[in-house]
Amino acid sequence: MKKFEGADYFNLDAELSEDEKMIRDSVRSWVDENVLPIIEEHYQRGEFPIQLVPQMAELGLLGANLPEKYGCAGINNVAYGLIMQELERGDSGIRSFASVQGALVMYPIFAYGSEAQRQYWLPRLARGEAIGCFGLTEPDYGSNPGGMQTRAVKDGNHYILNGTKMWITNGTIADVAVVWAKLDGVVRGFLVEKGTPGFSAPEIKNKHSLRASVTSELVFEDCRIPAENMLPEAHGLKAPLSCLTQARYGIAWGAIGSAMACYDEALNYAKMRIQFDKPIASFQLVQQKLVYMITEITKMQLMALRLGRLKDQGQLKFTQVSMAKRNNVFHALQIARLARDILGGNGIIAEYQAMRHMCNLESVITYEGTHDIHTLIVGEDITGIPAFN
Amino acid sequence: MNVAVCMKRTPDTTAKIQIASDQTSLVEEGINWIINPYDEFAIEEGLRVVEKHGGEVTLICLGPAEAEKTIREGLAMGAHKAIRLDAAQVPADPRVTARALAEVLKEGNYDLILFGKQAIDDDHAQVASLVATELNLPCVNVVVKLELDPENGRGTAEREIEGGHERVSFPLPAIISAQRGLNEPRYRSLKGIMAAKKKPIEVKTASLEDSQLAVLKYAYPPAKKPGRIVGEGKEAVPELVRLLREEAKVL
Repeated sequence: MKKFEGADYFNLDAELSEDEKMIRDSVRSWVDENVLPIIEEHYQRGEFPIQLVPQMAELGLLGANLPEKYGCAGINNVAYGLIMQELERGDSGIRSFASVQGALVMYPIFAYGSEAQRQYWLPRLARGEAIGCFGLTEPDYGSNPGGMQTRAVKDGNHYILNGTKMWITNGTIADVAVVWAKLDGVVRGFLVEKGTPGFSAPEIKNKHSLRASVTSELVFEDCRIPAENMLPEAHGLKAPLSCLTQARYGIAWGAIGSAMACYDEALNYAKMRIQFDKPIASFQLVQQKLVYMITEITKMQLMALRLGRLKDQGQLKFTQVSMAKRNNVFHALQIARLARDILGGNGIIAEYQAMRHMCNLESVITYEGTHDIHTLIVGEDITGIPAFN
Repeated sequence: MNVAVCMKRTPDTTAKIQIASDQTSLVEEGINWIINPYDEFAIEEGLRVVEKHGGEVTLICLGPAEAEKTIREGLAMGAHKAIRLDAAQVPADPRVTARALAEVLKEGNYDLILFGKQAIDDDHAQVASLVATELNLPCVNVVVKLELDPENGRGTAEREIEGGHERVSFPLPAIISAQRGLNEPRYRSLKGIMAAKKKPIEVKTASLEDSQLAVLKYAYPPAKKPGRIVGEGKEAVPELVRLLREEAKVL
């Protein structure tokens, strides 16, 4: 198979610094050599390739945009985005792992934790010696997390947690869970370690999507945790939502990776596949699909790059992240479906990646704020009128 | 151990090479440059040597200012510093390059000097041996395994020869040229890439003698002949096998 060289119709490489390109290219080769050869098998078996975690840590991919003093790489947000893009070109499950570890576990500990919590957890999480998960969504509270039922009650030097979290990436394999629960009616964050009595994390099986990723339920039944495990600086729903902004930022980039993988595969296939004595790429209907793909990929890249530069300048608005996540995942999914279509019957088998990406993206368009919720976030921003309460 | 690794930047293995209109040079525009892949084995080996025995790895590269981007790749792998011998172009004559490198290597007091066994662009495979001659040092080429015993000032190297392997012993300092299989070069880690930005690249003037070799003409390889259908069905098999054996000589 031809080596993946990216899709760059507008020469956006010229807008990247040398380190940004070097970081992207290093992760790209790592994905080519370590993810692509094994990912289908893991996907089919429904297993997360956990053996890749030490390698990702060694490369410095976990929490890469956090400061060096906590054992992280301290790179800028554009380079971080490019990493997410390359990981998701491998598989959305791999990118999900890195997103959760970095944006949803390391980031809240960094932003809302005590110095002791940062010193203890961040280097371990960066080295991949500890895996983390993030528990916000509940079985009955998805788009409306403010209604969460999980409760914390103070009991001397402990808090007692009760409740259930749902659709938690990395849950079953996590050494530490960042759990959001209401304490006296206010949302607070808690660090719950694996093996704490009253805490279990059964895996959700039989998924049609994100099969190379662990998805779990988190169950708390009178789970007692030491009082110092609360994140001291997180007060209210804004804290977990700020973590989601970080993760959604990475998803806006990640979706480009899936889309490029599908476009690349469909383009190569269309040039090789002969029907009616000529390559199917010579037919107008196929060309129209390919042109839609590369045009949308180019727009996705422009949006993500601008978003990254805004983030690096400290001017990012969460509504802009919503727009980019909404747009990029939506079009990545359309591109994956079209790629599957161009591949015909071959598109449904594991020798080709389009359908794996397509199935994954059905989760990606749903998690971290559904497509519709992001529509309403941007809708509220431009009209000043909230449509969901 | 004070280790030097001589590296060259070469076009990416997938680059489409275009011959310039003068027919004696190549169009450099649009080429993606990489560390010569054999030199990457040399850099990796240098890093492993200093990780085991202590010391520093210095990269030495002859080339134009644009080559510093490729030198940074080597620094991102973990090399400690670099020297760029300033030359607008890499000389067509490997001896000119070798003498310029030897000049700098003499000053560095290196215990070990590593090269790739050849550059994938001009394929001369001469520079390591020529530098060894200039410096009067032992040289082991096409090495797939290297073990050093710095305390006793010696090393052993395993090299590929026709039909087998040869193990040789040599005193340090020595020159080693790396073959594929010597090691698996590491990925540039994010920390390595960030650290590389701060590492020094010293620029020195290259003393380049006149080339004794001159390129007369570059030419593209002849176009591949179109394929041939030898027949259809089972009946064609014996003829196909005969051709594969006698003509293509692949069986």
